[in-house]
Amino acid sequence: MTYFILRRTLGFIGTLFAVSIVVFATMNILPGDPAMSILGLEATEDALAALREDLGLNAPVHIRYVEWITGAFVGDFGTSHSFRVPVSELIGERLGMTISLAVAGMLLTLVLALSLGIFAASKHRQIGDWGVMFLSQLGIAVPAFWLSILLVLLFAVKLRWLPPGGFAGWDDPVAAMRSLILPTVALALVQSSVLARVTRSSALEVMRQDFTRTARASGLSQRRILWRHVLPNALVPIVTIVGMQFAALVTGTIVIENVFYLPGLGRLIFQSISNRDLPTVQALVMLFAAIVVTANFIVDLLYVVIDPRLKARQ
Amino acid sequence: MTLNLNPLHVSLLALTIGATAASAADLSVGLQQEPTTLDPTSEATASIDGMLMQNVYETLTIIQQDGSVGPNLATGWEVSDDGLNYTFTLAEGVTFHDGTTFDADDVIFSFNRAMAEDSKNPAKKIFAGITSITAPDPLTVEVTLKESEAFFLFNMGKGDAAIVAPETADNNATTPVGTGPFKFDNWNRGDRLTLVKNPDHREADIVSLDSVTFRFVSDAAAATAAMMAEEIDAYPAFPAPELLEQFEADPRFKVTQGNTQGEVILAINNAKPPFDNIEVRRAISHAINRDEIIDGAMYGKATPIGSFYPPQGEAYVDLTGTYANDTAKATEMFEAAGVAGSTMTLRVPPFPYAMRSAEIVQAQLAEAGIDAKVENVEWGFWIDEIYRKKNYDMTIIAHVEPNDMGNFARGADYYYGYENPDFTALWEKIRTEADPEVRNALLKEGQEFLTNEAVHGFLYQLPLHGIFRNEVEGYWPSVPVSYMPLKFVSKG
Repeated sequence: MTYFILRRTLGFIGTLFAVSIVVFATMNILPGDPAMSILGLEATEDALAALREDLGLNAPVHIRYVEWITGAFVGDFGTSHSFRVPVSELIGERLGMTISLAVAGMLLTLVLALSLGIFAASKHRQIGDWGVMFLSQLGIAVPAFWLSILLVLLFAVKLRWLPPGGFAGWDDPVAAMRSLILPTVALALVQSSVLARVTRSSALEVMRQDFTRTARASGLSQRRILWRHVLPNALVPIVTIVGMQFAALVTGTIVIENVFYLPGLGRLIFQSISNRDLPTVQALVMLFAAIVVTANFIVDLLYVVIDPRLKARQ
Repeated sequence: MTLNLNPLHVSLLALTIGATAASAADLSVGLQQEPTTLDPTSEATASIDGMLMQNVYETLTIIQQDGSVGPNLATGWEVSDDGLNYTFTLAEGVTFHDGTTFDADDVIFSFNRAMAEDSKNPAKKIFAGITSITAPDPLTVEVTLKESEAFFLFNMGKGDAAIVAPETADNNATTPVGTGPFKFDNWNRGDRLTLVKNPDHREADIVSLDSVTFRFVSDAAAATAAMMAEEIDAYPAFPAPELLEQFEADPRFKVTQGNTQGEVILAINNAKPPFDNIEVRRAISHAINRDEIIDGAMYGKATPIGSFYPPQGEAYVDLTGTYANDTAKATEMFEAAGVAGSTMTLRVPPFPYAMRSAEIVQAQLAEAGIDAKVENVEWGFWIDEIYRKKNYDMTIIAHVEPNDMGNFARGADYYYGYENPDFTALWEKIRTEADPEVRNALLKEGQEFLTNEAVHGFLYQLPLHGIFRNEVEGYWPSVPVSYMPLKFVSKG
């Protein structure tokens, strides 16, 4: 186990290091001048030069990379070129929003997908199964942004139950929760469609196995069989997909945050790329990469918890 | 020449009389673009001006709705006969929002800051003609110029010339401090920015709004929903003309259509063959059908232009008829010039107006026998490849600066690749002519010159579409600059 964690930690650092080089190189190869993005087309050459000096853009690329990576090691991601405040401050302001959205989206996805998937499996080749399959197919086909707009039109414009967008922070928790309902639903509906199908097929496979038949034969209730015996044994493929989906969910917030004009990391990265805000983009991509790698790491640990046989193998 | 200006606002008072001073009036304004800093003297982002100019920050002069210049922090000024010396009289009893007093030293500080060697002012060149700036007394500023400048007073009303205080200037990027009728209250980055009324402002009695909240809603569909759900009272620069119809049909809203200062042009690389041949450029002008472009790209909601000057400007002449749309003639001219059937690139920046216009221009050129390849490029790439390296045949772009006909006098190094000593001489006259009548006549001459040369395909003026709740009054339908002062706006 110790060896497993050590190997994983090294992999984690290695991945982030590779990401750092790719991001840094890409941002520096991309055509476009951060100084001109800020000062506009009519700026004089000496004003541009003064700004470039100020932003530290005149140093050679490798020097800038080393400075940046050594800063990043101690948590200093530098100052945003376009916002002129520390990148950590920018991320700190917005992390709460995106994490709240991603976690709420994940929870709702799990609740919806597991119950619908198990339900469909239990009603195999019946109307309930077909219903769930049809809806999940629809959910996979519909783009998240379009679904978001439909939700807004119905619940914000027509019924006026919920705000159409925006997020004023957690100072007013009720308002904050209300603001998060529609984006969470929009995120979760699409994600849970995929997961419900995986849950269904994985559950069906388990249901065909001998121990399920034995459980049924020994007179256990259908509910107990499904939730106590089928689901735990069907979890390995489900957890794999959940791990991948969490990554998709975090990046999916980029679209959702734009449609619901939420002040989260997704909108920040969008804005920073068009502004050629090198330090902010780098820090954000690193952060997203870290989240994805961490999610995979947790999934790996979960395998061992779900299926103790894997522990013995390691 | 002496100018004595009465305090303005006679007509503007009429606008605000209807406003009741009853309940607290909070106006919620939707904006497409969120700035990254709040200092108009260090960044060119238009939304900084849009939110803060003449609201939080003020300038010596103010550019009024019709483009004329009025008094502001300077209550009046005298200009010497040779146009070289300006004596500004400053308003009395003005304070910055942090309580410090505004006087001539603040003007000198602001201008020196903009002119300094390490200045990062995006419009540094508007200060380039200043040779000295002095304060004979705390309420008088004397500015001396190298040569007479036609647009000096106008430029002093732009956001780049905002008057800031030495105590607070360095922090303006995050906590703006000015002298204006609204104080900065809070900026929740990514979500909203709020201003509150400044009760100590010299014009506080004409200001009807108690607070203003700017909401950053960039997606047009989301903005539509936010207006429909009544979260937002005003969206003064709505980005999607295709969505306006539902607001026009809704009795809760009014929709305005005006012009920005942006001339949308099919820019042609004049330095690159075959575009150095005037006949080829004229053929392009003949191949273009502006009505089709406006219908297709702007849903019919824009004004065509035939030269490089906004239709709402005083000196405008309508030259849209100079090159009648005539595909057969264009085909013939392309054939005569030996370019028929050739391939040209049309590199387009990522703005909806440009991308949509490009598709239609491409189709029109195809009819005249030219194979135009549309390449959609990213903005940073556009700046680098097209604007700086002039690596393009044609592009579509709006030039949004006021008084920017001088672009054509910037020589072959500018991305137009256009150089004509006659036009450069004409622009020199325009730039230094102090008499507005004479200047306007010269500006007309300039428009005719550029049309005759067919330097670019002149398409349409970038429109300004505003959506407002019925009770919102006082927004300008067309803008002479990038701001719209909120002191004239009321919410019934």
